[in-house]
Amino acid sequence: MTLRSQRPAILLFAGLALFPFAASFGADTYLLTLGARMLILALATLSLDFLIGQGALISFGHAAYLGIGAYSVVLASMAGIDDLLLQALIAIVVAAVFAVLTGYVSLRATGVHYLMSTLAFGQMLYFLFVSVSPLGGDDGYTLSSRSLLIGEPRLTSDLAFYYLCLTVLALAYLLLVRIAGSRFGRVLNAIRQNPLRAAALGFRSFPSQLAACVIAGSIAAVAGTLLANQSEFVAPAFMSWQRSGELLVMTILGGVGSLWGAVLGAITYLTLQEALSLWTDQTQVIVGPLLIIVALFGRRGLAGALVPRTSGGPA
Amino acid sequence: MFLALLAVQTLNGLQLGILLFLISAGLTLTFGVMNFVNLAHGVQYMVGAYLAAMFASFTGGFWSALALTLPTALAFGLALEILVFRWLYDRDHLSQILATFGVILFLNQGVKTIWGAAPLSVPMPLALSGSIPLMPGLLFPVYRLALIVVGLATALALYLLINHSRVGMLVRAGSTNAAMVSALGVNIRQLFMLVFGFGAMLAGFAGALVAPILSVEPGMGDNLLILAFVVIVIGGIGSIRGAFLAALMVGLIDTLGRAFGPQMLRLALAPAAASQTGRALAPMLIYILMAAVLFARPSGLFPVKR
Amino acid sequence: MKPVAILLAALTGWAAATLNVAAEDKVKVGLIVTLSGPPAVLGGQVRDGFNLAVKTLGGKLGGLDAEVTVVDDELKPDVAVNKVKGLLERDQVNFVVGPVFSNVLLAIEKPVTESNTFLISPNAGTSNFAGKQCNRNLFVTSYQNDQVHEVLGKYAQDKGYKSAFLLAPNYQAGKDALAGFRRDFQGEIVDEVYTPLGQLDFSAELAKIAADKPEALFTFMPGGMGVNLVKQYRQAGLASIPFLSAFTADESTLPAEKDDAIGFLGGANWAPDMDNPQSKAFVKAYEAAYNSVPGTYAMQAYDAAMLIDSAIKGTGGNLSDKDALRTELKKANFASLRGKFKFGVNNYPIQDFYLVKAAKRADGKYETEIVQRVFEDYVDRYASECMMK
Repeated sequence: MTLRSQRPAILLFAGLALFPFAASFGADTYLLTLGARMLILALATLSLDFLIGQGALISFGHAAYLGIGAYSVVLASMAGIDDLLLQALIAIVVAAVFAVLTGYVSLRATGVHYLMSTLAFGQMLYFLFVSVSPLGGDDGYTLSSRSLLIGEPRLTSDLAFYYLCLTVLALAYLLLVRIAGSRFGRVLNAIRQNPLRAAALGFRSFPSQLAACVIAGSIAAVAGTLLANQSEFVAPAFMSWQRSGELLVMTILGGVGSLWGAVLGAITYLTLQEALSLWTDQTQVIVGPLLIIVALFGRRGLAGALVPRTSGGPA
Repeated sequence: MFLALLAVQTLNGLQLGILLFLISAGLTLTFGVMNFVNLAHGVQYMVGAYLAAMFASFTGGFWSALALTLPTALAFGLALEILVFRWLYDRDHLSQILATFGVILFLNQGVKTIWGAAPLSVPMPLALSGSIPLMPGLLFPVYRLALIVVGLATALALYLLINHSRVGMLVRAGSTNAAMVSALGVNIRQLFMLVFGFGAMLAGFAGALVAPILSVEPGMGDNLLILAFVVIVIGGIGSIRGAFLAALMVGLIDTLGRAFGPQMLRLALAPAAASQTGRALAPMLIYILMAAVLFARPSGLFPVKR
Repeated sequence: MKPVAILLAALTGWAAATLNVAAEDKVKVGLIVTLSGPPAVLGGQVRDGFNLAVKTLGGKLGGLDAEVTVVDDELKPDVAVNKVKGLLERDQVNFVVGPVFSNVLLAIEKPVTESNTFLISPNAGTSNFAGKQCNRNLFVTSYQNDQVHEVLGKYAQDKGYKSAFLLAPNYQAGKDALAGFRRDFQGEIVDEVYTPLGQLDFSAELAKIAADKPEALFTFMPGGMGVNLVKQYRQAGLASIPFLSAFTADESTLPAEKDDAIGFLGGANWAPDMDNPQSKAFVKAYEAAYNSVPGTYAMQAYDAAMLIDSAIKGTGGNLSDKDALRTELKKANFASLRGKFKFGVNNYPIQDFYLVKAAKRADGKYETEIVQRVFEDYVDRYASECMMK
């Protein structure tokens, strides 16, 4: 990973870092909470992009991890644990366990069968949380306040929360870029490109793919903990199949494989929804055809359109 | 008494299964023959229901509405194929997911814009609007029985079409190896168009059939889409026979699970816990089934051999 | 990377441009209701009832120009939270009116009341906010959810029904509904079934009802769910078992249910045939404007607008003195379409409740009609738990 190849990402993150200053000319608290939400969903999209782009594992149940992270915050605070770092740790552990258990079943299948298998598990988790009344069931659960950060209620400031989300996003991005470029990442890519050839070279798919699921799931779970804090409200709807579908759409929109494309895709999609809703309440009449056009004409998504591919790399 | 209740619930399950089959048949063909992930199949079902409601409000009758809906649903499906889908056959699943998701968004909003958000209703045909006593005190609507009969007849017709006609042979060949079929001189584009249009018409037909008993509203196809995917995965992608059996299974398990689940659990748990767990497990049952099938037979129950 | 920067700059510029500098002679109301899916007809009634009131007042509330922003919560509490924050922070509304559904109310109450903005609910009235969690910034112009269901429980008890089958969707309001019915009803509960929210095919549940043979059915199935239940109930030949309901056979669902619902009973705090001058004028104006019969949703939204109007008039147009506004809101100094109306200690109404039945009018339209009064000046059961003065 060279500085030059990361130029788009650097510019993107710089823009995001400067956003609050631009926002202060407008309705700043609203734009900050909106921005934080976009960053959080960008984080989830980033993790899905890793899964699809590096592992060719198209998951239709990724929103389940958002739900796991969010409900970890709820359950932890019910047990008296209010610090975000601890809550995130709990979320990561639960997500890893879920990824391993479901991976054992899902990874036996490929292609659309894998897709449906991930959908099945996502739905199971959704219905499980719908049925648990003490957590509010379908109606959701309102948190009394945001989590503490290292012992202090630092997150009540929307500005601080925004920068926290941005930091987490940047760290996750760096982490995933390192992983993609590491030996593990290369093995994963090899399996993605040609499982037979990789097997002939001695690389079994299952352990690498399972590890990829755990990594992606854990990052999405962290996003879930942030999401719970952003809205101070958690509902099973966070992990509905429609939400998983939206994550997929944002990933594809951004351009699968480029990682920073996922962030761009998420932000663009959400900004578009928000901007259009200021103007009309028939937003989907415009968003729908836009997605179709991008699918038909934008082969590599936004990332592919903005940065022409010059060298090899994650395809 | 219990047997009578069981019989009624079984019929209900069959009816749901038949409905699922009509929707899944088109989806499994599209998937099997063209390797095309069509998330928009659910909205084609919805459009069929809306067309039926619209024609019924013009003509006032169900039969004429149905007769008008079928060709219109076919035309609509073909229009979608020509405008959007045919450009995506060569593309990867991701682009197909993106585009068909866009179609869902557009059409769900579109029907709301044209017909409003309130549910519409379609009049039941008078000839079928009676009920027959299945149980003392419970009448089973004739219409629902007719639905089962029509569904079975359609399944039979599809079976004959696929297995005993030239077109069906081409479809079966196409789902095994589309490139080879094309190399052998068959116009694969036309075949795809035919399969797609027919699948869309089946979905629209299902929508129109169900309109008199369920309300017609935006988003009515979304959850059925997910169920249809479950059905074709369990049945085996590309297999009509698989879709038929899987649809019946899913319909029966879902209905019987919802109806008897809490009661059966009461044998093992306290009533409150049984009711709570029953309510939690019932919707999950079909997903558990799908996961189990995928675990045991990853290509489904009747995989099409490639 | 210019496109990214340009896009972000454009967004913030747009957002800044759409932000109005708060004008002193304008009152901003954010209306958050469900306008998607089958329940959309309810949200539509609330919106139309509220707008009709504003129109009748000449586009003003309390003498100030009224700006009403309508927002769709899609019956998703998480979406509602985000949208209501938009209303509060971006649009800087003075009042939030809504929602229709109880689960949305549970989600939006905290963000709205914590920002010291008044939340006027024209429909949802959950038990927790009537009791322990009562809030001085929340005013409900409808009822406490349980009360409507208690009407039917009392009726069933007085009528001497020995057994009942209970059916509701599996969410908070559904559970409240069945709890409300059970309060006065002493007979045997043959079965208590909760269906998934949004389920439209009741064949399984209807078969159970036929098997259990209760003396009456009590159900709470709002919107499209109710439409389907009523039609399928009639088709299954079960109509000989009395159909007691709340919000299932009312003006929002009758246009779709048509003749299938005739004779089915419900409970309400108002019906279009109520005999007082302001109600008659309202029904006439509503039908003229929207070509449909208003239900309690529209009525309560109209009252909410009149409440706001009276409160602003009471402070002489001063929107910034929240304490004064609050006192004026509490006074409820307006002519309610129901006749009698005043707030209890928990800001929920004290009013009369009636048994109503679905009927077809001479002009072919469907409405509910009052059969008898069941409760008078009824205070909800949770008011004693509220610690507000």
